[in-house]
Amino acid sequence: MTASPARLPRRRGNPVAGRVLLGAAGVVLLVVIWELYKALGPASGVVIGDLTVLPRTTDIAMPHVWDMIATLFEPASGGRKGDPVWLVVAQAAAFTLGVAAVGWIVGVVVGMLLAVLMQRFRTAESAVLPWIILSQTVPLIAIAPLVRRWGSQISVGDFSWENWMSVAVIASYLAFFPVSIGALRGLNSPDANHVELFRSYGAGWWRTLVTLRLPASVPYLLPALRLAAANAVIGTVVAEVSIGLKGGIGRMILEYAQQASSDPARTWAPIFGAIAVGLVAAGFIALLGVLLRRYRRGEVPA
Amino acid sequence: MSDTTADVPTAVPAVLVEGVDKVFDTKKGTVTALEQIDLTVAPGEFVSLIGPSGCGKSTLLRLIADLDTPTTGSLTVFGKTARQARIDQEYGIAFQQAGLLPWRDVSANIELPLELHGVGKAARAARSAELLALVGLSDFADSYPDQLSGGMQQRVAIARSLAESPRLLLMDEPFGALDEMTRERMQTELVRITAETGAAVVFVTHSIPEAVYLSNRVVVMSPRPGRIRDITTVSLGSAAERTEQLREDEAFFENVSIVRELLHGETPVGIRGVENR
Amino acid sequence: MRGQATRARTVLAPVLLGLFALALWQVLVVAFDIKPFIVPGPIAIGSEFGANLSTVVQGALVTGGNALVGLVIGGIGGILFAVIAALVKAVDGLSAGVVSAVAVVPIVALAPVLYAMYGANAETARQLVAAIAVFIPVYVNTLRGLRQVRPVHRDLMHAYAASAWQTTRTVTIPGALPFIFTGLRIASSLAVISALIAEYFGGPIGGLGKSITSAASSSNYNLAWAYVLGAILVGLVFYCVTLAIEMFVTRHHRPTS
Repeated sequence: MTASPARLPRRRGNPVAGRVLLGAAGVVLLVVIWELYKALGPASGVVIGDLTVLPRTTDIAMPHVWDMIATLFEPASGGRKGDPVWLVVAQAAAFTLGVAAVGWIVGVVVGMLLAVLMQRFRTAESAVLPWIILSQTVPLIAIAPLVRRWGSQISVGDFSWENWMSVAVIASYLAFFPVSIGALRGLNSPDANHVELFRSYGAGWWRTLVTLRLPASVPYLLPALRLAAANAVIGTVVAEVSIGLKGGIGRMILEYAQQASSDPARTWAPIFGAIAVGLVAAGFIALLGVLLRRYRRGEVPA
Repeated sequence: MSDTTADVPTAVPAVLVEGVDKVFDTKKGTVTALEQIDLTVAPGEFVSLIGPSGCGKSTLLRLIADLDTPTTGSLTVFGKTARQARIDQEYGIAFQQAGLLPWRDVSANIELPLELHGVGKAARAARSAELLALVGLSDFADSYPDQLSGGMQQRVAIARSLAESPRLLLMDEPFGALDEMTRERMQTELVRITAETGAAVVFVTHSIPEAVYLSNRVVVMSPRPGRIRDITTVSLGSAAERTEQLREDEAFFENVSIVRELLHGETPVGIRGVENR
Repeated sequence: MRGQATRARTVLAPVLLGLFALALWQVLVVAFDIKPFIVPGPIAIGSEFGANLSTVVQGALVTGGNALVGLVIGGIGGILFAVIAALVKAVDGLSAGVVSAVAVVPIVALAPVLYAMYGANAETARQLVAAIAVFIPVYVNTLRGLRQVRPVHRDLMHAYAASAWQTTRTVTIPGALPFIFTGLRIASSLAVISALIAEYFGGPIGGLGKSITSAASSSNYNLAWAYVLGAILVGLVFYCVTLAIEMFVTRHHRPTS
């Protein structure tokens, strides 16, 4: 997009529509490859030595794409009677999205606070930053059952800790990391010129933060928020599985996978739901980016 | 290949530009960057393009280098199309930014064009040693670009542009980012180097003394649309005569005034050496 | 003097903070008599880790091995595919939709279907989960890096009449190296976590993930935490090795004019 005007190929038609069309063609291509391999590949897969290199092509291993879609409109076994699978999946997806959103908000707040702290005190940065990076090598998801146990100890007055809160905590743990790193880079992004200009105006740290550093951090913050949203969704789905929280997509993936032998295509229904949750979250961040476009004028397109 | 000089007239000019227009399409419509450009550069001749920002001098250089294509008109380099001349590597090029590859040391940077065009390892090493001596950086062969000053980086870039002994050098404000002292030293070196190699040079600059000091002819351009306003011949003698003293010389100042007045659109007082086209 | 002070801050500050946190943890566990099923103290975890070192190492080798296979497959695949996408615009356009969908999807959700496709008795499904998880950040970052070619370098290669592949090899890929390694660094931790979590969705026992859950379900919390410590160490090793390779390869990539 920044190519010199001379080298820019002349675009015909609407570039956005073209990109969407091409992207959709990519999805179709993937479906075609899937069906082609299923039709032509050996039933037991391609095995070299003891290693299965390419998957089996039986209906149980690789159901037809149209079966995956058809099963969405069949009545679901669980839930209210007569509800089609897609509706059950959509309800679960909405639940997961809600928990992920809570986790995302908590993660963003914590991440921003950490970034501001590190920007303010250099000692804090050198003390805390390595631990923030290390924190992501800790599989908190692995100790999700233990997190639930921590929560069950908390009960203050009418407030009692619920399982979904544990899931949200795990989601926020995955979400805060990109925010803290991206926000720190963004807060440190203003030129020395600008910082010195603010100093010459006698602006204090808080004024500099609000009028200079925060607006300047927007181009760094947006990709971080997008990553955080993806991480929050992933964290929620996986934590639902390991904590055993019912009602969301994660649990549904496991339940449907257990029925795979009777209806292999149905395994894919909650996976489509998870994709939808991820896309909705990404769409929300894109919307946020449009609202904040005033602060993104100097942004270099990635 | 490099023994052609300005004294030996050759039938084929180094650069021949005839009736060239360049129109850019932008979001806000079309912009005419160059209009009706005619220019001939003889083999071995040093020609500077000078003018204010937006006069299209860099665009003209990019057209000669086939980094862009003219909208109308014809452009040949040593009798070939610009595209063929680029493919045949008839020219060496240097930009305002040194444009060195930061992960290659100095000699590997100079050898880059040779490597791309399949020159053997031993021949490459010999050539880069030669060029390093020419630009006075023999001690820095193994240094990396980030260990060099801006002036040294630019000298490496010039050595790189000379790597294949081109008959034509295209330079787009190569000294633009340097301080005045370094700049003058580099100019003196460039005069010496081009005299030794006998290459023709098209040199883009916005510095009047630089253009006058270096050139046989100065092409003065005006903006919006980019046109050639005048071409003035500078007769300050051969390369050997262009020493540091020249900068204090009466003739030097006279030529500087001529170019300045041309740039400001006035009729020069001394008509000497002006061609009107 | 100044350099020493800076070094003291970059090394000492995090170490002191870590030690302080560990000490506080231990003191709290002892002072409030916190039961192991909530959280054991660091000393208890450490001694359990030492006592079961060989089983933890075995589990770490299984999980780490899966993560490594995934990191290599996903890394190579991501880089190759990004190079192709950078050279052929159509590939970029076609894959954009799929990639942006996969990027926001919990890859581990694919574990059940991969077990069905590759068999639940083999580690292949887990390695593939790790590989897909690795593929995305490596592909996205590599492609971003490949597009960061500075105009002066692009002009230079054009002036040299360099072929598309020559330009890719001499300018584009070396220039993209810092980005490729950023992707690989993110991917290194992801590979470990993905391989670990994939174990929750089925497949053979032996890895750290299964060990954590089985130890926890048999109320052996100290052991569960020892396995968690093992998982942390595996993640650390992956991260630090990637970082070390990155620092070595990109040591001359400081920007110049």
